[in-house]
Amino acid sequence: MSKDGVLIRARGLVKRFGDFVAVDGIDVEVRAGEAFGFLGPNGAGKSSTMRMIGCVSPPSGGELQILGMDPRRDGPAIRARLGVCPQLDNLDPELTVRENLTTYARYFGIPRRTARERATELLEFVQLAERANSKVEPLSGGMKRRLTIARALVNEPDIVLLDEPTTGLDPQARHLVWERLFRLKQQGVTLVLTTHYMDEAEQLCDRLVVMDGGRIVAEGSPRELIERYSTREVVELRFGAEGQETFAGKLAGIGERTEVLPDRILLYVADGDAAVAEVHARALAPASVLVRRSSLEDVFLHLTGRTLVD
Amino acid sequence: MSVLEKADSGVAPRAGLVGRVPALAVLEYQLVAYRRTWRAGVFSSFLLPLLTMVGFGIGVGAYVESGVGGVSYLDFIVPGLIASTALQVAVGESTWPVLGSFEWIKVYFAQAASPLRAGDILGGHVAFVLFRVLTSSLAFLLVAALFGALHSPWALTTPLLVLLIGLAVATPVFAYSASVRSDSYLSLLFRFAVIPMSLFAGVFFPVESLPTALRWLAYASPLWHGVDLCRAATLGVAPDWSVPGHLLYLGAWAAGGWLLARACFRRRLVV
Repeated sequence: MSKDGVLIRARGLVKRFGDFVAVDGIDVEVRAGEAFGFLGPNGAGKSSTMRMIGCVSPPSGGELQILGMDPRRDGPAIRARLGVCPQLDNLDPELTVRENLTTYARYFGIPRRTARERATELLEFVQLAERANSKVEPLSGGMKRRLTIARALVNEPDIVLLDEPTTGLDPQARHLVWERLFRLKQQGVTLVLTTHYMDEAEQLCDRLVVMDGGRIVAEGSPRELIERYSTREVVELRFGAEGQETFAGKLAGIGERTEVLPDRILLYVADGDAAVAEVHARALAPASVLVRRSSLEDVFLHLTGRTLVD
Repeated sequence: MSVLEKADSGVAPRAGLVGRVPALAVLEYQLVAYRRTWRAGVFSSFLLPLLTMVGFGIGVGAYVESGVGGVSYLDFIVPGLIASTALQVAVGESTWPVLGSFEWIKVYFAQAASPLRAGDILGGHVAFVLFRVLTSSLAFLLVAALFGALHSPWALTTPLLVLLIGLAVATPVFAYSASVRSDSYLSLLFRFAVIPMSLFAGVFFPVESLPTALRWLAYASPLWHGVDLCRAATLGVAPDWSVPGHLLYLGAWAAGGWLLARACFRRRLVV
């Protein structure tokens, strides 16, 4: 760790695959103890960035420093202090839950006894203790993901990298994962995660960058980003089958901004109820009206003109 | 209690040997995985040599009354079968398991996220393949000894010879399996390399009986060199070729294969 508490520092970081530029010159700083997020749609360059931080993908350009070391030279030493939870589980389905942890611990040179003790603790932590001796194969997606998280913690890492930690999980399983990650955060573990779920970013991240097309388009805490790029409230209007465009013109002047999506119109306003009253005053009768708080989804929409989840 | 509370001294203890030779941790993983299936394999690793020895050595051998080059047919083929068992096990363990570790269960990628380097991951898995080659060949050797087919104290060197054969074929096959994306390519390897070698590289009859062109193909194959060495060892006779020549040739396959396989592993794991 450098003296200012910065664990990861990237300057003009680039990743190219042939002619394709996956990461196009990003600057990032992650400090000790924070939960840092890369938010963006698929193909934004989040996973490529994570792989560079994980020291399994050499940067094509720019600077990258992790724990004060250079990934090009000190890959194994850096990886020894990282915990990685990849996007796709790569557990061994034939081994037991416990064996997956103990064999992995050995890659870090952890003595067998310590590995066994840590496996017991970690299985307790991710609520898989009673499945310790069953094979991995029949476990549910959520259990496998929790086991992968436990595996990422087996070396007591300084930084935990989580690539799309809840993608593909059902809502209940997601909440269990979030809850465990929140616990880690409370214990002061530095978390770096990628996600294309705004609720995940809002729940877990102290600070995040919004990525699009390999670049960073905004940076801040979820609250800061919402304050900077969106209004306090959003009114969602749906106007039946005629198409939303017909009505968009009639809404002019209500709120700060209007976004017309294929299935609904979003009005960005300070006071949602007042805006709804104004809509009705103009004799418009939307099929449905919803007033809600602004979210990171609105930030992303404002910055890129597109929604996060396709 | 905190999950990540640093134990004792605060510095993670490093396991002695595994800390110094990280590939051993990969070997250990492979052995843990093998522990689930080895019982099923033990029986067949004794049965197969038994059947081939009875079938070819005694069955076919009964018709080969003159023997080969002055020795009985059984005695002639036993060392060849030991070498070709090493070949088959080495290739078998370096094909599907390697492709699967990249494409299906993706454990190599999990290993690459740890401090292990591509060479450690490769080395640990190759070491496991050699372990399998050695145990299978020892089973064969034991059956051969019971049939009285070992005629020289030099037979004691065959375990070392099969390790060399195993290394010479496993490393290039690792490179091949790491470069292909579908297992249909693996069957090609058996059809066009393993089976022809097993049939024509001096296991069942001397390569001198082959037409010249094919004979040179046999000489080029690593198996023939292994067969000739094993035969010299079990029969206690001089090999057809110089011993250092054989060893160097197999060593060259092993070294070339290793470099190639490591390059292929790096290309897949570090992108």
